[in-house]
Order: sequence, then C-alpha cells, then structure tokens
Amino acid sequence: MLKSLNFKATIVAFLLLVVLLGSWEWMNQKPQATQALSEYELLMGGASQQAQVPPPSEIIKLAYEELSNPFYDAGPNDKGIGIQLAYSVYRVLVGFFLAALVAIPVGFLIGMSPLMYKALNPYIQVLRPISPLAWMPLALFIIKDSELSAIFVIFICSIWPMLLNTAFGVSNVRKDWINVAKTHQLSPIQTAFQVILPAAAPTILTGMRISIGIAWLVIVAAEMLVGGTGIGYYVWNEWNNLDLASVIFSIFMIGLIGMILDMILAAAARFVSYQE
Amino acid sequence: MSKHSFLEIQGLKKSYPGQTKGEETVIFEHANFNIEKGEFICVIGHSGCGKSTILNILAGLDEASDGLVFMNGKEVSGPSLERGVIFQNYSLLPWKTTLENIVFAVRAKWPHWPKEKIIEHSKHYLSLVGLDHALDRKPAQLSGGMRQRVSIARAFSTQPELLLMDEPFGALDALTRGVIQEELIKIWSESKQTVFMITHDVDEAILLSDRILLMSNGPHAQIAESVTVSIPRQRKRTDIIHHPDYYKIRNHLVDFLINRSKDLSGVATQVTAGQQPKTINLAS
Ligand SMILES: Nc1ncnc2c1ncn2[C@@H]1O[C@H](COP(=O)(O)OP(=O)(O)OP(=O)(O)O)[C@@H](O)[C@H]1O
Ligand SMILES: [Mg+2]
Repeated sequence: MLKSLNFKATIVAFLLLVVLLGSWEWMNQKPQATQALSEYELLMGGASQQAQVPPPSEIIKLAYEELSNPFYDAGPNDKGIGIQLAYSVYRVLVGFFLAALVAIPVGFLIGMSPLMYKALNPYIQVLRPISPLAWMPLALFIIKDSELSAIFVIFICSIWPMLLNTAFGVSNVRKDWINVAKTHQLSPIQTAFQVILPAAAPTILTGMRISIGIAWLVIVAAEMLVGGTGIGYYVWNEWNNLDLASVIFSIFMIGLIGMILDMILAAAARFVSYQE
Repeated sequence: MSKHSFLEIQGLKKSYPGQTKGEETVIFEHANFNIEKGEFICVIGHSGCGKSTILNILAGLDEASDGLVFMNGKEVSGPSLERGVIFQNYSLLPWKTTLENIVFAVRAKWPHWPKEKIIEHSKHYLSLVGLDHALDRKPAQLSGGMRQRVSIARAFSTQPELLLMDEPFGALDALTRGVIQEELIKIWSESKQTVFMITHDVDEAILLSDRILLMSNGPHAQIAESVTVSIPRQRKRTDIIHHPDYYKIRNHLVDFLINRSKDLSGVATQVTAGQQPKTINLAS
C-alpha cells in the first residue's frame, strides 16, 4: 500500500516535470530563421532573442558544462559554480556554528531561570524582528571586512530561532524527569547534560533547522551586497552579464544546496528524537 | 522517648494561600507518625486529601508548611539517594533504553564503580523483575506493566534506605498488577527495605503492608488511624483471603473510607497537635 503510494507519487512528480519543462521549452522557442522577421527585429539584430527566457534544453546544456568542471578558477570574475557555492556554504556554516555556540547556552540559561527570561526577553523581542541585512552597513563599518561582515549577518540571523527554541525546549522539560534527576541527587551540571539536554534536544534541533534555512536565504542577499565571491554574488554578476541561463541554473543550485543542508539537520533531528 | 524510630514525622502540615489575601487552605495538618526500619507502610485516603503531598515532602521534592521529618534522627531537607521514589507515571527517561535507565541510577549512586560492575549490578535488578529480554528497548516500546517493572528495578537498584511509592500500580490492569505485586513482595522480602506506599486499593494494602495509615478527607485532613495487618508473612493473594483477620481488616478499611473519613475531616476533629494516630489491631 505504502509502496504503491510512493510509486504513484513518483509517477505524478515525473509527469509534472515533463509537462512543466515541456511547456517552458515550447513557449520559449527561438524564432525560426525561416520565419519572416519584421524590419524592426532585423534592425535590432535579434534583440528579441536576447529577451527570451532561455529554454530548459539550454540550461541543461549549461548545467552539464558547469558541473563537469565546477571548481575551475579563471580569475576573480570567472570561478566555477562549485567554488562559489563552497564560499557561501562556508560562510553559512561558520556563522551558524558561532550562533549555535552563543544561542544554545544562552537559551539554556533563559529556559532554566525565569529571572533571566524576564530580563533578556525585551532585548530579544526588539532585536529579533530586525532584518539581518539591516546590520550590514554597521557590520561593514565596525568590522571593516566584507567576508567577516557576511559571516556576522549569518550569525545574527541564525541566533534567534536557536535561542528561542532552546529556551522553550529547556523550560518545557517534563517536571517528572527533573524530579528523577533530583531524587538521584544529580548536580546542576549533571542534570543539564544528562536530563535536560537530551530531553530538549529535539526542540533545539528544530530551532537549528529553522536557523540554517534562514541563513541560507540570507547569504544570497548578503553576497549580492558585499560582492566578491559566493553564489549570491555569482547570480548578480551573471544578471549583469545578461546570462539568464546561468542565473536560472544557479537558482536551481541554491535550492538544491538549501535542501541538502536541511536534510542533514533533519537527519540529526531524527537521531536525537525520542518517543514518549 | 527512649529510642528514636527510623522515620519520624512530627506535626506535618501543608497549606496553600487561599483566594482572599491572608487566608489559607490547609490540605492536611497535625500529621504525626513513626515508621520503624524494615516496615512496609501503606497509606489510604480519598483523592485530594494530600497523600502525594506527604510523599513528596518525605522525598524532599516538596516543602512542608510546618512540621519536621527525621530519618535516622537527622532532619530531612531536599532529595537524597537514600530515599528512592517510584512515581505513578513511571518517569523513565524515554531516550534511554531499559538498561540505560537503571545504569543512570546506579551510576548516580556509586559514581566510582567500574563500568562492568555498574552494568552487572543493573542487569541483576532487571532480572529480578523478569526483564532480561528487554534490556535494549526504549520505554515507548514497553507495556505499562513492563515500564513499572523497570521503575521498580531502578528504585531498588540504588538500595535506598526508604522507598517511596506513589500509587505504583494505579495505571495497571488487575492481572498485571497481581503479578507485579508478587514480584515486589519477592524483592522486598530479600532486601527488607523500609517502604512507604500510597494506594487506592484496599486489597493491595492488606497484601503488602505491615501497617496501614488511614487519612481522613481534606481540607484539614488528618492521619486518623494506623491499622496493623495481623496476617503473617509469606502472604499470597490466593491464601490471605482465607485468614480469619482478612475480612475484619478489610471491612474496617472500607467502613473508614465510606463512612468515617468524611466525619473526621474539617477543623472540628479530635486530633490535636502531637497526637499519634489511633492504633487499631484487629487480630483475633
Ligand atoms: N499549587 C497548589 N495550590 C493549591 N492547592 C493545591 C496545589 N497543589 C495541590 N493542591 C491541592 O492539594 C491537595 C492534595 O493533593 P495531592 O496530590 O497530595 O492529593 P492525593 O491525596 O495524592 O490525591 P490522589 O489520590 O488523587 O492522588 C489537593 O486537594 C489539591 O487540590
Ligand atoms: Mg496522588
């Protein structure tokens, strides 16, 4: 039953792909040479061709070329898609792990101490809704380094979901389990690591999963701003070159890497999950 | 007072602030009783009279509004591994396997034991409750009865001087309950630990305990009587009902619960501070 459901889903998904790509291809055919061109079009030297969204066949061809040599490096303005993605992933991971390093302990503190919760909550509520990109000018001014500023922006946007989820998970650990820790005379540190952390781990990982998703959204925008390297810069650069096939190809790659990052954290979440 | 009892409870009281300021709701008060080493005590009383509250105070998880608890002549404050607790809802750590749950407790008690010794000790207690085959299962994969067995094994494995059980079999069906009661008797008769247990089941109380404490209804609940169970050990569920004292005790308990517990409740009771519960011995 389940197997046949999976099978049917695969067929439907595949059919959808064929229909979508087929109609996209069909709608964006280049005008045939035999077709009579208007005088205007002749004058423009085929400018109407340029304005066409490239059809899937062209993008697949480009993808094949790009992916057969993803790590080439021919100077600052011509690097392989692999290198650009690696820069972005690197920034996201550094910012994300620095954020985790701050958010999880602080979340623990807030979750365990109602006093700290009340004291820190106003700051969190004000800082959280700020668009991470709004920090960029300040970061650039203070840090004076575009690379580090991008990492800082990732740091600041990944911190909130992790912080709030950790605090929520920690404060909602079942009273019974805390009582088990108490009756076994565990020290506060032991209680934190042996009872609260495993109990709150699924919630904490949910926060981390949300954070990495946001970080991946933000890095593209951040790199468009700071330039130099990274997939965000690449998309913008190809747009300036009016190479729409590359733009579409990198959009797909952004989606693909985002999905992989999410899958890794989903696997980690499954690893720490438990059934009550 | 010549000799101290193992456990002495003096003038225990629990109250919560009432609706209006300055007013208080007294759950129970003037609770005085002693427990000797190795005794098995059951507490019976209507829902809400404060049984769990007393147990949590003995465990050190809750604080009394007034009164003192002494164990071995020392005042009890805060939880201790010398007082093991079996909670009504088992309270196993769901991310740990059966064995890991016991190892957790054993390691807490004897942190310096080598790993092999901890595991061997834990397995021994799991085999006492017949769970050798389920060492690597998580609590979610166990039935209610099996979970309660793990929880019993965990409590006994740390060999506490006093075992506190809050309706340990309340959520089990009658058949499973009978089996686990007998396992409990078996482990207890080997270890001779002191047990303080809450139950709603009159027959269970007679089967297991040396003495039964009867609580009147709240608010202002009292520990009104202490009924001695004059049926010799080894008791078996099937045999004790033929003992001449069985129905005398049972009728006394049922009569207390149905008729007298509510008359004794409220402020207008004859129990005064410092007074021990009335001892009832129905032996023929
Ligand atoms: N935080 C609180 N504020 C006010 N009253 C409370 C509070 N906690 C418990 N109580 C009251 O204390 C009384 C005793 O509760 P307790 O859980 O000890 O009862 P119990 O005898 O164990 O009942 P049961 O047999 O149903 O488990 C109850 O009537 C309850 O309403
Ligand atoms: Mg209770």
